[in-house]
Amino acid sequence: MSLLSVDELAVTFGGRGMREVNAVSGVSFSVDEGQVVGLVGESGCGKSVTSLALMGLLPNKGVRVGGRAMFRTGRGETVDLLTLGRSALRDLRGTQLAMIFQDPLSSLNPVVPIGVQVTEILTRHRGLRGQAARKEAAHLLDRVGIPDPTRRLKEYPHQLSGGMRQRALIAMAVACAPRLLIADEPTTALDVTIQAQILELLKELVDDQGTALLMITHDLGVVAGMCDTVNVLYAGKVVEAAGRRPLFAAPAHPYAHGLLGSIPRLDAPRGERLNPIRGSINDTIAWQDGCAFAPRCDFYVDECLRGTPQLAALPRGADGHDVRCVNPVMTGPPETTTLLDKPTTPEETASGGDDDPDGGDGEGPAAGGGTDEDTGTGSGTEASA
Amino acid sequence: MTTKTAKIDRLAELTARRETATGGSLWAEALRRLRSSKMAMIGGGIMAVFVIIAIVGPWIAPYDPTAQTWRGEVRVNAAVFVGPRGDNWLGLDHLGRDELSRMLVGARQTLLVGVVSTVLGLTIGALIGGVAGAALSFGGAAGRRLDTVLMRFIDMMLAMPSLLLAVSIAAVMGQSLTTVMIAVGVVQIPIFARLLRGSMLAQAGADYVLAARALGVRRRRIVLGHVLPNSLGPVIVQTTLALATAIIEAAALSYLGLGNPDASQPEWGVMLAQAQRFFDQAPMMAVYPALGIIITALGFTLLGEAMREALDPKLRS
Amino acid sequence: MLRLIVRRLLQLIPTLFGLTILLFLWINRLPGGPASALLGERATEADRRQIEAALGLDEPVWIQYGRWMERLFQLDLGTSVQTGQPVWEEFTQRFPATVELALTAILIAVVIGIPLGYFAARRRGSWLDVTAVSGSLIGVCIPVFFLAFLLRALFAVNLGWLPSVGRQSTGIDATEVTGFFVLDGLLTGEWDASWDAIEHLVLPGVALASIPLALIVRITRASVLEVLGEDYVRTAESKGLNQRVVRGRHVMRNALLPVVTTVGLATGSLLSGAVLTESVFAFGGIGSFIQTAIDGRDYPVLMGFILFIALTYVFINLLVDLAYSVIDPRVRVN
Repeated sequence: MSLLSVDELAVTFGGRGMREVNAVSGVSFSVDEGQVVGLVGESGCGKSVTSLALMGLLPNKGVRVGGRAMFRTGRGETVDLLTLGRSALRDLRGTQLAMIFQDPLSSLNPVVPIGVQVTEILTRHRGLRGQAARKEAAHLLDRVGIPDPTRRLKEYPHQLSGGMRQRALIAMAVACAPRLLIADEPTTALDVTIQAQILELLKELVDDQGTALLMITHDLGVVAGMCDTVNVLYAGKVVEAAGRRPLFAAPAHPYAHGLLGSIPRLDAPRGERLNPIRGSINDTIAWQDGCAFAPRCDFYVDECLRGTPQLAALPRGADGHDVRCVNPVMTGPPETTTLLDKPTTPEETASGGDDDPDGGDGEGPAAGGGTDEDTGTGSGTEASA
Repeated sequence: MTTKTAKIDRLAELTARRETATGGSLWAEALRRLRSSKMAMIGGGIMAVFVIIAIVGPWIAPYDPTAQTWRGEVRVNAAVFVGPRGDNWLGLDHLGRDELSRMLVGARQTLLVGVVSTVLGLTIGALIGGVAGAALSFGGAAGRRLDTVLMRFIDMMLAMPSLLLAVSIAAVMGQSLTTVMIAVGVVQIPIFARLLRGSMLAQAGADYVLAARALGVRRRRIVLGHVLPNSLGPVIVQTTLALATAIIEAAALSYLGLGNPDASQPEWGVMLAQAQRFFDQAPMMAVYPALGIIITALGFTLLGEAMREALDPKLRS
Repeated sequence: MLRLIVRRLLQLIPTLFGLTILLFLWINRLPGGPASALLGERATEADRRQIEAALGLDEPVWIQYGRWMERLFQLDLGTSVQTGQPVWEEFTQRFPATVELALTAILIAVVIGIPLGYFAARRRGSWLDVTAVSGSLIGVCIPVFFLAFLLRALFAVNLGWLPSVGRQSTGIDATEVTGFFVLDGLLTGEWDASWDAIEHLVLPGVALASIPLALIVRITRASVLEVLGEDYVRTAESKGLNQRVVRGRHVMRNALLPVVTTVGLATGSLLSGAVLTESVFAFGGIGSFIQTAIDGRDYPVLMGFILFIALTYVFINLLVDLAYSVIDPRVRVN
C-alpha cells in the first residue's frame, strides 16, 4: 500500500453569496515510500491548493474539501488527512508530514531569529530544549549547507540571502525526518544557480532519510531531474499520470504534449517559431460540460464536449500511464522535447534510453503535421490583422 | 465549414459561462465594491438624509428657532423646559425655544462647520503634502531640502494635540463660528499633508513611474498625470472621515466655550454644550443634538471606512 | 540602542526649537495678546504702552524671545493670571491627578482593546466581531464630554454605584506621599484610600478611554487579520506548533507593530481629552485647570500646557521608536 493515496480530492472556494470556484475537482494520485512524485501544471491549475489541503492548511471558512487522502503514519496506522481532527493533524505536521514553501522570505517570520524558528519545532516534536535544542538546530543548519550555523541561528531572516533562507526552511522541514515532504515550487523564487543547489540538497536529504517527496512545480526541468512519477494537472484535475520516462517519451494528453512542445530548444534553427499553447488557463469550460482543455486544444473533436473524460490507461501505453482524453496524442513526443536527452544528473545518463519503450520512433511526422496546421491558422490570422 | 463554426460557437459559449467578472479600472472596481457594501449604503444613506435636512431644514422648521415660547408666567433664573408635546415634538429648550426647529435649522450650521473646516484642512494640507512629496521624489537635492523643511513644520503641528491647537487659535481669534471652522481645519492640515506625501512617495517608487521616466516623460507630467491621481484614494477616504472628526471637534470647542456665541444661529455643537449645563434637569435637550452629531459622524465614518476597504488593493480578489 | 536614543533626541531639537518660536510669536505678537488680556477691552493706547514697557514687550522680538527661552530653561513659565501662582507650581501640583487618569485610560484601552481586536479578527464575521467593529465605529463618533456626562448621570447620579466628582471621598483620611493617590494608599498601607481613589478613577477613565479603545480595537483587528494571511503563519502551522506558540510568537508579535504606534498616538491625545473629561468630573487635574484657563484667557498657563503636551508627545514618540526597535529587528539594522 502507498504512503499517501489521494482519492478524488476536491476543493471548492466560496460560500454564502459568493460565486463558487472549484480550485481542485477530483484529483487522485499516490505517493509510495521514498518515491519522488511530481505534480505539474501552470499557475492556477490547483497544485498549491492540493498541497495545502493535504497539510490541512486551507482556511476553515469559505472552503469545502471533499474526497480522501489516506496517509500511513510511522506507527502503521492509516489516517485520512482530510477528516483528521485538528490536534491529531498538528501532531502529524512537522513530524510525519512537512512542507517547504515557494517564497522563502515571506515564509519566515521576520521578527523572530532563525534559531528560534528552528528550535521551536525541535521543542514541539522532539522535546529538545535549551542548549540541546540549539546544538541540534546548528547541526541541522550545517546539514543543509549553511556555513557558520551557530552565528546564523542568532540572525533574522532579512539578514540571510534567498538561497540561505530556503535552506533554513528546508532545515525546519526535515528536522524531524518526516515520512512525506511536500515542496511547493521550492525553487521558483530563487536564482537559477541556487535552484540547482537546492534541488540537489533536497534529493540528498530525501535519499538519506528515505523521505517521500511530493514535488509541486511548473518547471518541467525540475520534473525531468527529480521525479519518479509525474501527475499533470489541468484546471483542477489530473489529466495525465505516468512514470517520468513514458511521460517525456510519449506525452499522450494534448496539454502535456503542448507543455513539452512549448519548451524552446537550443539546437532549433534560427528564426524558427516557438510553439506556445494557445490562450490561457482562463479559456476553460466546466469539467461536467466536457474537457476543460478543449478551448485550447489542437486535437479537439466533437466528443470532447460529451461529459467529463475519464482518467484511463493509455491504449498501448506503458504500465501506469493514464490519460484523461478521448483523443490522446499517440505519436510520441513533440519535436522539441530535449529534457531527457540531455543528461541532468549522472545516473540519468547511466539509465538513459533502455527503459524507454517509445523513445526511438517518437519524432513522427504526424506530430509535426498537427503543429503545422496550428501555425498555418496562426499566421493566417496575423496576416488579416 | 459550418460545423466548424458551430463547434467554435459552442466552445465560446461554454468559455463565456466560466469567465469571471473581472476587469475595469481601479475606480470602477472600487465603485462596484462600494455599491455592494452594506456599510457604504448605511453611511451614504445617513449622509444623504443629513445633507437634505441641512438644505431644506430652515424651510420645514415649524417655528422660528429663536422665538421663545413661555409657559404661563416668566420665572426668573429658572430654565423653562417642556417635554415633547403635540405642538413641539421634541419639547422646548431652557429658553422656551422649539427644539425640533433648532435641530432642523442647526443641521445647516453643523454641515457648514464640517465642510468648511475640512475643505480648509484638505486644501492647505494637500498642497503642503503634494509639494513635499513631489519635491522629494522628483526634485533632487533641493527637493529633499524643501521636503525636510515642510515636514518639520508639519511635525511641529502634529506635536500639538489637535484640541489644544484649536484652542490656541480660538483663544487668539476670539469666539466665533469662523474661529471654530479655522481651528478645526488647521488641525486637519498635518494629517492630509502626511497622507498625501506618503501616498505619493509610494506611487513614485512604483514600476510604472520608473517606466515613464525611462521613456522620457516630463517630470511635471508624471507627477500631475500619474502620481497625483493615483495617490488620491487615501486622501478621499480621509476627507470623508475628517468630516466626522470636524463635527465632533467643533462640538468639543463649543463645550470649552469657544464656539459661536450668537444664540440666534443654532448649531448642534453649541446646543449640546449649552444643554450640558442642564443635564440633570433635562437630559433629552442634550441627547437630541448629541444623537444628531453621533449619527451624522457615524454616517461619514461608515462611508469612509467602506471606501477605504473598497480602495484597498490587498482586499481585491 | 543608546546611539539610537541619542540620534532620535538630536533629531528632535529643531522641531522643539521651531515649536517654541511658533508658540512665542503666537502668544505674544498676535492681536489679543497678553497686554490686552490684562487690560481688557476698554484700555487706552497709553495704558497699553505702559503695561507693554513694564512687561518688556516694547523690546525687539528676538530679545524678548531670548529672555523667554532663558526663563523657560529655568522652568519659569510665568505666573498664572487666575491664581497668581507660578505656572510651574500649578502644574506640578495637578500633574499626578492627570497622569493617574491618563494611565488608567490607556490601561483600560490596552487591556480590553488588544484582546478584543484579536478575537474579533480570529472569529471574523461572528457576533463578537460585529459588536467590536460597530462598537469601535460608534466609539469614535461620541463626543468625549457627552459620554462623560452620560456615564456620570447613569452610574453616579442615578445608580449611585460610583462617585460622581473629585479624586477622593471627603471621609477618607489619606496620607499624601507622591500625589498619586492609588500609589500612596499602597505605599502607606491605607488600602481603603487606594480603593477609594480607584473608584473615583473608573468613570472618567472609561470616558477618556473610549477613543483610544476604539482605535486600538480596530487597528489590532486589522493587523491580526493581515498577519493571519501571511506566509510565515502558514509555515508555523505547517510545523505543527502548538496554537499558543503560533498565536503568541508568530501572529501577535508581528501584529503588535502597528498597535504600538496607535497606543503611542492615543496616549499623546489623551492629555487633550483629559481637558474635556476632567471638567465633567471636577477631577482637579491639569485638564480642569486648563478649562478655566481657556475661559479666563490665562496665556502663561495655556502656553505652558502646550509646551508640556509637545514634550510629552515627543517623549512618547521616542518610546514608540524604541519599542519598535525592540520588537522589529529590521528597524534595528537601518
